[in-house]
Amino acid sequence: MAKVLMNGNSTIGEAAIRAGCQCYFGYPITPQNELTEYMAAHLGRKKGCSFIQAESEIAAINMVYGASLVGARAMTSSSSPGISLKQEGISYLAACELPAVIVNMSRGGPGLGSISASQSDYFQATRGGGHGDYRTIVLAPSSGQELADLTHRAFDLADKYQIPVIILGDGMLGQMMEPVEFKHEAPEELPIRSNALRGAKGRPSRIIKTFTSKPTELEEINWSLFRRYQLIKKEETAFETFLVEDAKLIVVAFGIAARIAKGAIKNARTNGLKVGMLRPITLWPFPSEKVKGLAKRTRHFLVFEMSMGQMIEDVQLALEGKGEVSFYGRPGGVIPTPSEVFRAVSRLYHQKGLESAK
Amino acid sequence: MRKVYTRPRLLKRVPFHYCPGCGHSIIHRVMCELIDEMDLHDRIIGIPPPGCSVFAYHYFDVDMAESAHGRGAAVATGIKRAFPEAIVFTYQGDGDLAAIGTAETIHAANRGEGITAIFINNAVYGMTGGQMAPTTLSDQVTTTTPYGRDVNIEGYPIRMSEIVALVRGAVYIERTAVNSPANIRKTKKAIRKALQAQIDDLGFSLVEILSPCPTNWRMTPLESWQWIDKVMTREFPLGVIKDITGKTDAD
Repeated sequence: MAKVLMNGNSTIGEAAIRAGCQCYFGYPITPQNELTEYMAAHLGRKKGCSFIQAESEIAAINMVYGASLVGARAMTSSSSPGISLKQEGISYLAACELPAVIVNMSRGGPGLGSISASQSDYFQATRGGGHGDYRTIVLAPSSGQELADLTHRAFDLADKYQIPVIILGDGMLGQMMEPVEFKHEAPEELPIRSNALRGAKGRPSRIIKTFTSKPTELEEINWSLFRRYQLIKKEETAFETFLVEDAKLIVVAFGIAARIAKGAIKNARTNGLKVGMLRPITLWPFPSEKVKGLAKRTRHFLVFEMSMGQMIEDVQLALEGKGEVSFYGRPGGVIPTPSEVFRAVSRLYHQKGLESAK
Repeated sequence: MRKVYTRPRLLKRVPFHYCPGCGHSIIHRVMCELIDEMDLHDRIIGIPPPGCSVFAYHYFDVDMAESAHGRGAAVATGIKRAFPEAIVFTYQGDGDLAAIGTAETIHAANRGEGITAIFINNAVYGMTGGQMAPTTLSDQVTTTTPYGRDVNIEGYPIRMSEIVALVRGAVYIERTAVNSPANIRKTKKAIRKALQAQIDDLGFSLVEILSPCPTNWRMTPLESWQWIDKVMTREFPLGVIKDITGKTDAD
């Protein structure tokens, strides 16, 4: 299919429909409204599909839970304050081992914050966010094309591992128009998940629940979840590297920040600075092994985030003290420019004396 | 000898964990009878809430899934939209449906979702140990209204069924009780009508059931039955609150 020009939010909507998303439940919040509107226009009247503008983000995620119970591919989306409200439902989805896709086109926080792009929901996305001992897969697209590709992948991963998957984008990715190629056609019909609740027709009745009065039973549920998380770590960790082979300094950045950093790194290379980049595509599981591997050749890492520094903790954990980690970031919805990041990169490069280092 | 009564086929052979005199076991029994009589077993999905009746899925031999506190109507909405052939009911307490889940309930009703809410009103939070519920009566002593509910401070007992009745997508709402054989029969009739409204695709239906909680009311089962008649029904009068199904009683 030829490329089309679309804003990021609509791209997610189209990719979700092509991934066989049958149910979308949302609630208005800037900067992700184009996604809700896209689903209203393109999913709402589609046969066998459902769109609801819910009364709250809480209701929307619980509708997703309901749709997932009966085996439908379901999605909701919001932006930071709304995602906070969805955490209860995400915890239940994780506990009941139900697939779902949750999109966060994040904005500046804390509180009502600003409607400008930010990456300050990294902790919330990768540390669970809701209550209890659980994980969600977190995908961090950095372009319009990746929004399409990772949205499709999110539905597959959710079904494969029976787990909620979070797409962590930001307001800039959501608003920006980019050419996109959709590589998949919507499936005619998806098979119904074998463990779905569809009424006890010709089989014993089925219960989907977590509550138990026996702590050892819940312990076993947690162990079972943990084993699946270990498998996901092994199988699904994804990242991109850029000019790391000879790099003396590696920038670690995700999402739109990585896009900005790439511009800065190209500039640095033109100026003879040997700088590369690692871009985690899955924020959970985090590419810790890759970070550790890079530290064998490169000692210096600069973590760049549009926050006061959250992913930096994962980089430090991965390095186990084997590298030097610096940070550059702008919080609150401020979007740094490539030249600003270039200045931060070259300053650090010279401070550490890397131009003369072997 | 003629058999006049038998254990419902869809009530699992598990002893109830409910306290002696609790209304849940009666309502469970009635619902299991109805699901069988109305031949809904192979397409019904129930959503029990957090609370004493979270274990409803241990007793009903039908597909069931737990809901987060108060979110039953939203979960049921998701089920019904994704799988319209299903008959979906929520089973919710007064705190669940009329406090934390007020928004979900009213908006599901307003959309006319084809779901049925079974709303158990026992005027307290049961499982957590008898705290004030939105339906706690004025002057009623609970663990969080130790001097009695003062309406000037804690507000009034909320008549949620009457509120939901104002919403246009709600087609059938009745308040019943399970404190006498006659009232239990009326409860069964009301739930039948509510489920029929869903089968006929008419919209949202709700049956509020005044149900005894002798443990948290600090009463004997008999006293709790009498208290429903003498005190509770004065605040929450029994009867049909709304019926725009256009159907006369089936029986």
